[in-house]
Amino acid sequence: MAARTLFDKIWDSHVVERLPDGTAILYIDRHLVHEVTSPQAFEGLRMSGRRLRRPDATIAVVDHNVPTSDRTLPIEEPESRNQIETLERNVREFGVPYFPLLSARQGIVHVVGPEQGISLPGMTIVCGDSHTSTHGALGALAFGIGTSEVEHVMATQTLLQKPARNMKVAVEGPLGPGVTAKDVMLAIIGTIGTAGGTGHVIEFTGSTIRGLDMAGRMTICNMSIEAGARAGLVAPDETTFEYVRGRPFAPKGEAFEQAVAYWKTLAADEGAQYDKVVELRAEDIAPSLTWGTSPEAVIPITGTVPDPQAQADEARRAQMQRMLDYMGLEAGQKIAGVPVDVVFIGSCTNSRIEDLRSAASVIGGRHVAEGVRAMVVPGSGIVKAQAEEEGLDRIFRDAGFEWREAGCSMCLGMNPDRLTPGQRCASTSNRNFEGRQGPGGRTHLLSPAMAAAAAVTGHLTDVRELI
Amino acid sequence: MDKFTVLTAIAAPLPEANIDTDKIIPARFLKTTKRSGLGVHAFDGMRYYPDGSEKPDFVLNREPYRKAGILITYDNLGCGSSREHAPWALLDFGIRCVIAPSFADIFFNNCFKNGIVPIRLPREICDMLMDDARLGGNGRLTVDLERQVVIRPDGAEIGFDIDPLRKHLLLEGLDDIGQTLQHEGAIGTFETARQQAQPWQTRIVID
Repeated sequence: MAARTLFDKIWDSHVVERLPDGTAILYIDRHLVHEVTSPQAFEGLRMSGRRLRRPDATIAVVDHNVPTSDRTLPIEEPESRNQIETLERNVREFGVPYFPLLSARQGIVHVVGPEQGISLPGMTIVCGDSHTSTHGALGALAFGIGTSEVEHVMATQTLLQKPARNMKVAVEGPLGPGVTAKDVMLAIIGTIGTAGGTGHVIEFTGSTIRGLDMAGRMTICNMSIEAGARAGLVAPDETTFEYVRGRPFAPKGEAFEQAVAYWKTLAADEGAQYDKVVELRAEDIAPSLTWGTSPEAVIPITGTVPDPQAQADEARRAQMQRMLDYMGLEAGQKIAGVPVDVVFIGSCTNSRIEDLRSAASVIGGRHVAEGVRAMVVPGSGIVKAQAEEEGLDRIFRDAGFEWREAGCSMCLGMNPDRLTPGQRCASTSNRNFEGRQGPGGRTHLLSPAMAAAAAVTGHLTDVRELI
Repeated sequence: MDKFTVLTAIAAPLPEANIDTDKIIPARFLKTTKRSGLGVHAFDGMRYYPDGSEKPDFVLNREPYRKAGILITYDNLGCGSSREHAPWALLDFGIRCVIAPSFADIFFNNCFKNGIVPIRLPREICDMLMDDARLGGNGRLTVDLERQVVIRPDGAEIGFDIDPLRKHLLLEGLDDIGQTLQHEGAIGTFETARQQAQPWQTRIVID
């Protein structure tokens, strides 16, 4: 057999049948469901009288709409409340396992899956959410789907798919001080662009990636979609196995050892071919952030806002100028020192315990700058509880940060956590599109450490000056 | 899903790259539990001022493009989230075909599931079709899915590629769940074998 990549191996082991035109019926091991992209799918099942094939391979949570303030109060926004109540009716009717709002295990679906051991290496995992790519950090083929496909998985436990192409992104060398997985991923997206991975599954390799903990690998895989890729993957290794061991839904005892033996076979074969290869050196990566309204608009914190006039392509030049106008920035301006109004630490990209530790470590007894609203939204109830056990909540609260309940929150502003027009936000989330965090809001994507640095100085700051 | 055979319609030119799904339908409109009714919010930020009044320059606010059935853009249309609300909003507006040099994968997929035909054509062809589209009512384009051609107002034909299975489902207006369920036996066999070979794949049961 020809040498195969990690993607090839997971793919091959899930093909139920190949149709004459090359489309595969691909078996799905785990289906993660949330309140925003599922109501129409459940309704479709109901209308056609179909059953949900495998409730025991499905898990539902509420995350996008949930308030991150006091959870014992009723949800104020009627449409949000309706969407949450609709999910609760649907999981009861179809027998789907569910972590309700007041469960300690509730949280952002992409934090909850790995945390509970529901997402495991070698699996196919889907969810009606593009950041499903996060779970690829475990060495699972995980990707976002639309609501029609959510319904398809509910009814058949499969998807109709064509194989993706293989892309390898290798990052080599040790990370400099203050440089995190987020900076690595921003650098990758800045290099290959938001369509750089279109049609491909990216496997992240190299000593830098191998050296990351699981939270860092999840940050990387999470933003594969911002590079246009169908999914991101990291080959499972000892770091992965140690992470999975003992999680509530992970296999135990001998079953775990059997699983590990299998997971070890998933790494790419010697000589496996990739359709595209990109190489980066960690030493070239500085703490980074975005300046525009596309995740590829990345510069190092030591850099200046680029000049549209230097662009040859007219459409591109116009787009850059629009980004500058929207962001309220000038070409050639130093990015460090730009004042911020809001700091958001959270989202499926950066809300794990490691992210919160990293942010807390930068604070060092300082206080949130005057006029800045800074909020920390842990990724799950479990992350929140662990942070409180470690005393991180005290560090944040004492510094003037809001310490909130778990959810998607200001990443996309479906709940009350939104920017107001013109507000500038240093955000650990994944998208800086126009209006993403609230109409007229201006988003700079950066790491938890850089976000904390912005909070205590009141402006975009090179975190290396504080550590 | 409605069948797609031949569509003759006004085409709206929107010469921008990287039109993301947040632009097509912002997150605050995703709180619906229905597929219909999103057309009024399509391209909300580009189409309306904060007070809700229309931006007169935006193409879909101008005649005859208010009745556009085809949308033409530049690269990477539909990048961003997996929200199917994006094609639902386009469909509800009346768009049945989108033409661009490239698409983001999930959006591309989602179009097919809703009877919208996404057509990849090179940038220079898109430019040419945008010039046709600027003729408004006199520049109607025809998309013949069976023959896989876009027909320009002067009768010239431009061929396009489409996946044969997807073409079949569109032409017949078929639900692909029904198609897949014809393979239910094979799925069951695969599932049983997999559970036996990989007993560590635990069942999710919450007490």
